[in-house]
Amino acid sequence: MSAVDRPAPAHEIRERFGFWKRSYAMLVKEFIQLKRDRVSFAMIVMLPVMQLLLFGYAINTTPHNLPSAVLLQEDSDLARSVLKAMENTAYFRFIYEVHDVDEFDNLLKSGKVLFGVEIPRGFERAVRRGDKPALLVAADATDPVAASAAIGSLGMLVQTALAHDLYIGDPPEMPFEIRAHARYNPAANSSLNIVPGLVGTILTMTMLIFTALSVTREVERGTMEALLSMPIKPVEVMFGKIIPYVLVGFVQAFLIIGIGVLLFSVPLLGNVLLLALLSTLFIATNLSIGYTISTLVQNQLQAMQMSMMFFLPSILLSGFMFPFAGMPVWAQFVGECLPLTHYLRIVRAIMLKGATMQNLRYDTLALAALMVVAMTIAVTRFRRTLD
Amino acid sequence: MNGGNDIAIDVKGLTKSFGGREVVHDLSMQVKRGSIYGFLGPNGSGKTTTIRILCGLLTPDSGEGTCLGYDILKDADKIKRQVGYMTQRFSLYQDLSVRENLEFLARLYGLTDARGAARDMIKRLGLSGREEQLAGELSGGWKQRLALGACTLPSPKLLLLDEPTAGVDPKARRDFWNEIHGLAAEGLTVLVSTHYMDEAERCHEIAYIAYGHLLTHGTVEEVIAGSALTTYTVTGEDLNDLTAALTGKPGIDMVAPFGTSLHVSGRDVAALEASIAPWRDKSSLHWHKSAPSLEDVFIELMSRSKDNFQG
Repeated sequence: MSAVDRPAPAHEIRERFGFWKRSYAMLVKEFIQLKRDRVSFAMIVMLPVMQLLLFGYAINTTPHNLPSAVLLQEDSDLARSVLKAMENTAYFRFIYEVHDVDEFDNLLKSGKVLFGVEIPRGFERAVRRGDKPALLVAADATDPVAASAAIGSLGMLVQTALAHDLYIGDPPEMPFEIRAHARYNPAANSSLNIVPGLVGTILTMTMLIFTALSVTREVERGTMEALLSMPIKPVEVMFGKIIPYVLVGFVQAFLIIGIGVLLFSVPLLGNVLLLALLSTLFIATNLSIGYTISTLVQNQLQAMQMSMMFFLPSILLSGFMFPFAGMPVWAQFVGECLPLTHYLRIVRAIMLKGATMQNLRYDTLALAALMVVAMTIAVTRFRRTLD
Repeated sequence: MNGGNDIAIDVKGLTKSFGGREVVHDLSMQVKRGSIYGFLGPNGSGKTTTIRILCGLLTPDSGEGTCLGYDILKDADKIKRQVGYMTQRFSLYQDLSVRENLEFLARLYGLTDARGAARDMIKRLGLSGREEQLAGELSGGWKQRLALGACTLPSPKLLLLDEPTAGVDPKARRDFWNEIHGLAAEGLTVLVSTHYMDEAERCHEIAYIAYGHLLTHGTVEEVIAGSALTTYTVTGEDLNDLTAALTGKPGIDMVAPFGTSLHVSGRDVAALEASIAPWRDKSSLHWHKSAPSLEDVFIELMSRSKDNFQG
């Protein structure tokens, strides 16, 4: 211990750029801590990959071989080929053939079948006459996702079915009409819609939790008292804690989108740079909200609970799980306050529709506004003393 | 530095309550620059709270004062730049290495060469070769030394040390105190709280605080003289019986065993001597009038303050 012959302090203190220096000090520290926390570090990579594979395959795969019943009121060649063609789409599998309307209704009502096809009496003759008879397809709309894809396939069916059996030149119009009874409006292909949505959902969850724990962890480990006794300002602590995770989120987004494109064949029609830029904004917004949670709670358990309280409506009211337009106005209003709502629109629009910044101005501004609000609350809520 | 006088800490009438319980009551104190000021008192007496008020971590309910010439209520930011505060609990990042911890602090305080400053400090602390070890894996003594090094890294003018040697072995404690004396010799002011009497005796000045009240302060000699306590040291046989017989007798404020001897103290000399008279001439006992030790004074103060402030 050579305390007494301590040299005069050789390292002087400069006040210039103090803000950047202190933020940078915090940032480097957070990075090292993140690197050292192996479990968290593994989660950064494993979490998005596992969730995407799990949900991607579990939710996205368009349902096949849906149990169906047919109400045959006429046994004709044309009717048989229509049914055959329906089975060939792989969506339908006819497990019941009934001749009675009540029985047909019961099968649907009891959930034994999801689809019922009714071939009316005199169907073939009406077609040949050119009367355009109706082929009724009743769908159990309680599972709209399952129903919609199958209904969507019906349009193509008519031509394929009839190509073999009829004709007689090419029919100028549809020889018969398919009347689908389902309230759900089938969007193109559900799996393409859900994978981009998963980008936003997974990012919301991981980003939120990372920063939600950051301040309470310092308090619980006893390092907050020392940090507060140092000349660092709340804004500097916040930036130092958020910026490392922006990079982490960026890696996650890259992973998820990469897997989506490679494994789930999701197209990426729009500008990749724009997607990266707006994804970064979304990541920063979520981190700010997580950090705000961190300044509001007292311990890590509360932080987790509050994150979940934010996460659940994000999934349910953002348009990820249920169509946004179908929600009541008050729920849409709540949805507009959630960053995920705006990001879902952004990511779907860029990836699937090739949207440009011009189209996404509103959602970009909304994300930025939410971020500023969260940061303001966090900085004002951050307690500078132990009172 | 404004107020270029030789007083580092000058506070008056500090009061702080938590949830209706008064933890610090009307506390005033002055600490000279370059001195080592010992802060003594039982657990929960308000030592930590006072230290936290001094470095701006807590706002007092009432009272005022200056720390290094800055107003403790208005200039907390300026105070923080020049004060090194060592918390009771080890407050460096356990998952950061020795070097990383020091570099973090150097950057945070805006040292021009953070890496160089950390390197020099590692050398000074004798931690060369361990710089990449995680701070959480160091032994208690090393942690203590590192924490002190961390506090002094930004060259503060005042050190606030909250029970820095709790749970550290005697050798490490001695080294630690040598270091503190070295720092004070360079002009640093040190306020240190402790439970240990031998440490109190190494301070230039001490203050005793109990139940939020500052009971006495001054040099060790002044505190002992000011206590007006008379102490008899007794050696011999059956001291346990004697303890039982003397406790509670008029004029006897305290009977405390010290190893093979017994300290019998009281403020009223006449009453004390009257009470011990029946035992004075016993051949099996040896009586010896002595100056009270610092510990006698404190234990007496503590038991007295308990009566006064704890109903």
